[in-house]
Amino acid sequence: MSLTREEVEKVSLLARLRLSEAELDQMTRQLGTIVEYVELIAEVDTTGVEPMAHVADVANVFRDDEVRPSLPRDEALRGAPNHDDECYRVPAVMGD
Amino acid sequence: MSKPHEVIIGLEIHVQLATRSKLFCGCSTQFGAEPNTQTCPVCIGMPGTLPVMNRRAYELAVRTAAALDCEIAEFTKWDRKNYYYPDLPKAYQISQYDLPFSENGGLLVHDPKQQIEPRFIRLIRVHLEEDAGKSMHDEAAGRDDSRIDLNRAGTPLMEVVTQPDIRTPLEARLFLTELKLVLTYLGVSDCNMQEGSLRVDANINLHVDEGGETVATPIVEVKNLNSFRAVERALEYEAVRQLDVYEETGQRIGDVPKQTRGWDDAAGVSRAMRHKEESSDYRYFPDPDLVPVRITAEQIAAARAAVGERPAELRARLEREFGLGGYDSDVIVNGGRELVDYFLELAERAGDGKLASNWLQQDVMRALNDRAITIGEYPVSAAALAELLAKVKGGELDRNRGRDVLADMEAHGRGVEAAMASLGIESVDDDALVALCRELIAANPAIVADVQAGKAKAAGALIGQARQKNPNVNPGEVRRICLELIEAM
Ligand SMILES: [Zn+2]
Repeated sequence: MSLTREEVEKVSLLARLRLSEAELDQMTRQLGTIVEYVELIAEVDTTGVEPMAHVADVANVFRDDEVRPSLPRDEALRGAPNHDDECYRVPAVMGD
Repeated sequence: MSKPHEVIIGLEIHVQLATRSKLFCGCSTQFGAEPNTQTCPVCIGMPGTLPVMNRRAYELAVRTAAALDCEIAEFTKWDRKNYYYPDLPKAYQISQYDLPFSENGGLLVHDPKQQIEPRFIRLIRVHLEEDAGKSMHDEAAGRDDSRIDLNRAGTPLMEVVTQPDIRTPLEARLFLTELKLVLTYLGVSDCNMQEGSLRVDANINLHVDEGGETVATPIVEVKNLNSFRAVERALEYEAVRQLDVYEETGQRIGDVPKQTRGWDDAAGVSRAMRHKEESSDYRYFPDPDLVPVRITAEQIAAARAAVGERPAELRARLEREFGLGGYDSDVIVNGGRELVDYFLELAERAGDGKLASNWLQQDVMRALNDRAITIGEYPVSAAALAELLAKVKGGELDRNRGRDVLADMEAHGRGVEAAMASLGIESVDDDALVALCRELIAANPAIVADVQAGKAKAAGALIGQARQKNPNVNPGEVRRICLELIEAM
């Protein structure tokens, strides 16, 4: 198995996913299969091959610095679980 | 008696670039808009949207890197920095990880008061990233939730990271002052701290000398620094606090996790901040939505050539070509490029850098300050002021009369001759002046006796009397003629 249960637990915490014990087992198995599959690439000899940053061989896609209309606020806020017509409302953010 | 130690400081500075629109979408970056009125599907992270990079943001960033003598990468790419926070709608920030657009470089820190020697502070890197939104805890409403404004989300930021080369809190402040000046000269940011266009975090620890062995204490990151003065104060406080903690606990770097503390400027203390869990596990990976940026060696060379004179070079020129002292060149260069250009023209036309510097600082800059205007709005041109200075230099006007003339020129936007005419200033001819001096000498035998006894200063009283009789007389001339007449007696 290429992934440990602890690694999956950590990743699920980082992804804010609460998994049951059964789901953790299942995910460890399934994700492990995927990682093993990806690891096949390691068998290829990449000596002398430039690392690539993007699959498309394209660079320098720019737009000009021009302001375009933004969304009307009610439309921007519409999909939020909670808002007060001005701002999104979320559970208290502490710290900063 | 505390142990000998060195203070080690590194700074991270976030600078908002002066673009009209955001980094990856066309929403406005204008400060002060109503909350959530400057957002679109791209910057609030709607699925299926595609970010496209702002060309101007990249150009401004390259201009900055060139001015800071950074190495500019011919190839740079975008990465996703993953973390959850309510002000980060996509749950990742588009940033740069292993291939930032520039690295190294640095800035020479100078102290106009010469309390410290100039030192070169190296940079680790300068990279580009998008800003997050703003969260406000709503205590007033007595509600246990926070309000999120995403207007700022996606605004272009440049992050400047220094090496831990800074050795004193004062040096940290001076570095920031110089950096801000450079950025202002380049026009890449307005650097307004109140509006969040320039934000500073500081990392600090100590190297304590334990009988020859150097012991590093745990690194503390200080946040919530709202002014350069606050940076200096917070670091002064931290250095003392860390030494106390070290002497009490003996904790070294690595013994405890890196701590984040918030600075309370009003109370003058730093306080531990609550930790974001796993905050260091950002799982960076290349952003598949954005293609890399390539720049040629020729374009990099062109960017370097376009930098122009930086503040340090201008100060050196003012000192070298016009004989100004370090304090004066600093004041003028801090006034901005337009003020420097005004000075250069004034000094060249007047043929006297020090006279130009005096009038610029004592009169022109004071007027700018009083009227809250810029040099571009100042009604007296450098050429007109230079004519006035020529009259002062030639003895036709003294300092005070010259001031009166300048005030008239400022108020009515007229030239020197017209201003002098309107003030009734006309030059007094030599015969009249000599006659006046003879009259004064005859009326003041006691003063004459003093002068003859070697007290040349006593002649000052004669000048005062001469000016009462005729405000147009030149005090220098009166003095010269009186002394000559007395000597010939
Ligand atoms: Zn947008």
